[in-house]
Amino acid sequence: MMHNDDHNHDHDHDDHAPTREDDDLELTEGEARFLALKSLLIEQGVMTADEIRARMEFNERGSPHQAARMIARAWVDPAYKERMLTDTKAAAAELGIEATEAALVTIENTPERHNMVVCTLCSCYPRSLLGEPPAFYVSKAYRSRAVREPRKVLREFGVEIPDSVDIAVHDSNADLRYVIMPMRPAGTEGLSEDELAALITRDSVVGCALPITPD
Amino acid sequence: MSEPAANYRVGDRVRILDIGKPGHVRTPTYIRHKTGTIERFCGMFENPEDKAYGRWGLPPIPLYRVQFRQDDIWPDYDGAPGDVLEIEIYDHWLAPAGEDA
Repeated sequence: MMHNDDHNHDHDHDDHAPTREDDDLELTEGEARFLALKSLLIEQGVMTADEIRARMEFNERGSPHQAARMIARAWVDPAYKERMLTDTKAAAAELGIEATEAALVTIENTPERHNMVVCTLCSCYPRSLLGEPPAFYVSKAYRSRAVREPRKVLREFGVEIPDSVDIAVHDSNADLRYVIMPMRPAGTEGLSEDELAALITRDSVVGCALPITPD
Repeated sequence: MSEPAANYRVGDRVRILDIGKPGHVRTPTYIRHKTGTIERFCGMFENPEDKAYGRWGLPPIPLYRVQFRQDDIWPDYDGAPGDVLEIEIYDHWLAPAGEDA
């Protein structure tokens, strides 16, 4: 790599040290079992390595953009919004999104009530609409504190909910998976559906943030 | 989501039992013994507490969402009086409010 001496670093190269130990030198028991099982399935001709890879890719196909598309549509189309609130899976299918969750529920933020989601037991999450959950969502700190002191947790996310607005915490502990529909920000009247979708972040669909406000 | 199997109706006051069931159960400790209100009937679901151990979880059991006032869960809750928590509870963890387990 070329190095320019005039290059005035305002940071130390130690910043580039790995943020965690390389962890693939020793296998955990679970990893060892997975690899052994995978090798056997392939050797015995039950499935191919490519099929296994493709399935893993399928499992991880979700992205926050899917939910954002649905919410943006709901913001511009009241009839679609009603359908999404009534039957979220069918509303996803209308936009060509395959929701594989057994039961999906959309909950709407209102001027009177802000909603947020947590799975206190593990990491239940609407993966086909949002992708894999963020690290904070599966952390024990979030899982224990979101039900206990939601306002304090939201403040740590930079979200101040006034006491005049109630907070509803939804523990996603069983068979339903939750999508929070944030309120459409003021000043977005002229935006297209795609522009609106870009304002809807992953965390705003979990209820830990508000949509981006255009400036 | 058919209605017939539901034992509780929206608005019913219910108490969460502590049935002492071991293993991967879906009713977290913090909500046991608390009293709330049926928010909706979610439908019939295969029992995940059995499915977690390789069984079929059949027949399906009723699942409800129950709403609690945060002040009723945490005596020292710091927030607005209208703050609530909603959680899914399977039928066998529920009793009408006022009844003991």
